[in-house]
Amino acid sequence: MLSCRQATELMSQEQDRSLTFPERVGLRLHVWICAGCANYRRQMGVLRAACRRFGSGGTP
Amino acid sequence: MELDRQAELNALRPDLLRFARLQLRDAAAAEDAVQETLLAALTGSHRFESRSSYKTWLISILRNKIIDIIRGQSREIAATSLADDEAGDDLLAETLFDQRGHWQEAAKPGRWADPDASFEQQQFWAVFEACLDHLPERTARVFMMREVLGFETDEICKEAGISSSNCWVVLHRARLGLRTCLETKWFAGAGAESQR
Repeated sequence: MLSCRQATELMSQEQDRSLTFPERVGLRLHVWICAGCANYRRQMGVLRAACRRFGSGGTP
Repeated sequence: MELDRQAELNALRPDLLRFARLQLRDAAAAEDAVQETLLAALTGSHRFESRSSYKTWLISILRNKIIDIIRGQSREIAATSLADDEAGDDLLAETLFDQRGHWQEAAKPGRWADPDASFEQQQFWAVFEACLDHLPERTARVFMMREVLGFETDEICKEAGISSSNCWVVLHRARLGLRTCLETKWFAGAGAESQR
């Protein structure tokens, strides 16, 4: 079973490379039972969206 | 109606300079990039209806200048310097996770209410920039090459002279640091409250 610390590493890496099948399964299982990491995963998406917007000059 | 472009340029110049400084962490290089952008902007013949479309256009020119500078520098973000960043990062990880690697109770990520609404507020972006600026210097450079300037991870590794696994570690630390900063300074605090 992944620890939250390991899960956050994979949640970062899934933004930069394709995870292996066992990594994907392990991560899916972990976020299914861990609300903190499920929130963290959504936050990774928010970070990416914020950076894209910042980098394209679309800030108010 | 055509914008008064000279006036708009003057108004937007501080934004451009701040953007360039964040990416390059080098005041002189940032100044050069902005100068070249302004020159390109003044000689261009595009027409703009609004300040926001003009700003988007200027930032896209500036981004390309910054990417050229970074590629040209081939300044190695040496592994030793990244190691200097690591001490602080490890300290962060220790405050967030317990010994078994689970979230400390107080550090468990919460739900971020309506990020899209935050994106519409200038105050959010001031916090966002402060959080980027707060990251260790080389960690921040690698992160911004990836997420703001849109480099592929392979090229970052090459420019930075580090292995891909090292690159992933650095990016992970940057994301962990940035989200923790945003949660503390915005989403868990008064910033996000004020929009409700």
